[in-house]
Amino acid sequence: MSIEDEFGGSYTVRGRDFIDADLVSSQIKKLLKDRGIPEDVVRKVAVVTFEAEVNIISYAEIGTINFHVDDRAVTIEAMDKGQGIPNVDLALVEGYSTADDTIRDMGFGAGMGLPNIKKFSDEFEITSIVGKGTTLKSVIRIPPE
Amino acid sequence: MTLSHLKDILTAEVVCGHEKLSSVEVSTAFGADLMSDVLAFARSGCLLITGLTTPQTVRTAFALDTAGILVCRGKQPQPQAVDIARELGIPILRTEHIMFETCGILYREGMRGCVCEISAGDRPSVD
Amino acid sequence: MRLKEIQAELGLALQCAGAGLDAEVTGGYVGDLLSDVMANSAKGQVWVTRQVHQNIVAVATLKELVAIIIVQGALPDQDTVAKAEKEGLTILTTSMPAFEVVGRIHRLLSAS
Repeated sequence: MSIEDEFGGSYTVRGRDFIDADLVSSQIKKLLKDRGIPEDVVRKVAVVTFEAEVNIISYAEIGTINFHVDDRAVTIEAMDKGQGIPNVDLALVEGYSTADDTIRDMGFGAGMGLPNIKKFSDEFEITSIVGKGTTLKSVIRIPPE
Repeated sequence: MTLSHLKDILTAEVVCGHEKLSSVEVSTAFGADLMSDVLAFARSGCLLITGLTTPQTVRTAFALDTAGILVCRGKQPQPQAVDIARELGIPILRTEHIMFETCGILYREGMRGCVCEISAGDRPSVD
Repeated sequence: MRLKEIQAELGLALQCAGAGLDAEVTGGYVGDLLSDVMANSAKGQVWVTRQVHQNIVAVATLKELVAIIIVQGALPDQDTVAKAEKEGLTILTTSMPAFEVVGRIHRLLSAS
């Protein structure tokens, strides 16, 4: 894949919009598949973008998911404006959740979102400011052919 | 089968309730992650198979007099959940198998679902 | 084994035909926690669950699962069926609880 094949996109995600909780992640997945990105990379991207999207919907007012693909990796950035995370280390513990009943009733909120994103990323960074919002970055490497 | 036999066929680890391994017998099971379902549909004396590991899981199991909790997917029950289970005398085992395999293996060994058939809108009577 | 064989053997009711019952089933996954299914299920599996809201379609489509089998007499929401139809996803239902359904599917898949 040559540098000319770099591509990317940017999507807005609205808070509490649970009806289309996979809207962005399924669009990104389709784009990657259409461009011939390896299946196991697409699978990891699907998990990371889905969880990031669900987190914005569950906890933020509004957010953006950007993705960029080059011959080395798929990079996903999710930024939101919202309540933020008081203790990021705690939020990364499997099973830790601040989900309300609405979220849990839909099968989310088991405390697996951020741990899953970290697990499926080759590189992962997250920062958050309480009262302002959260930014995370995930890099999923594309193995050389 | 006894919990001890179950432990062997699933290569399960006993988290608590070692003293009950040979004495507790189970022939029925209920598999679910949603505790509201367990409360609504599970019958007493069954084995609760779940991927959830919270104190809520243990309290639900206690409320229903389940024979024990089998945590699957290689999950570790939360320490607080284990403390409560010890206090309430509920054995907890854990297995690396996913729920599909866990239920499949136990079914092959003769275990059956503890609620046979439910029509939409049914609510179980209190046992 | 084909999805239609599983449907016939277990007497599952068809809510939404999706891409059709000829699909090949390679395994199964059971669970109600969407993050867990997202992380651990695999393409070609049938998903056994008690969840009925439309986010199950999101998960099944993203993971390319063959079908969703909703258990214990639950029925999918209208929005769920509409979304499934749009995505070409098959939804089946049964009054049996998850343990029974999984036990029987596991036995069928092991024998095939």
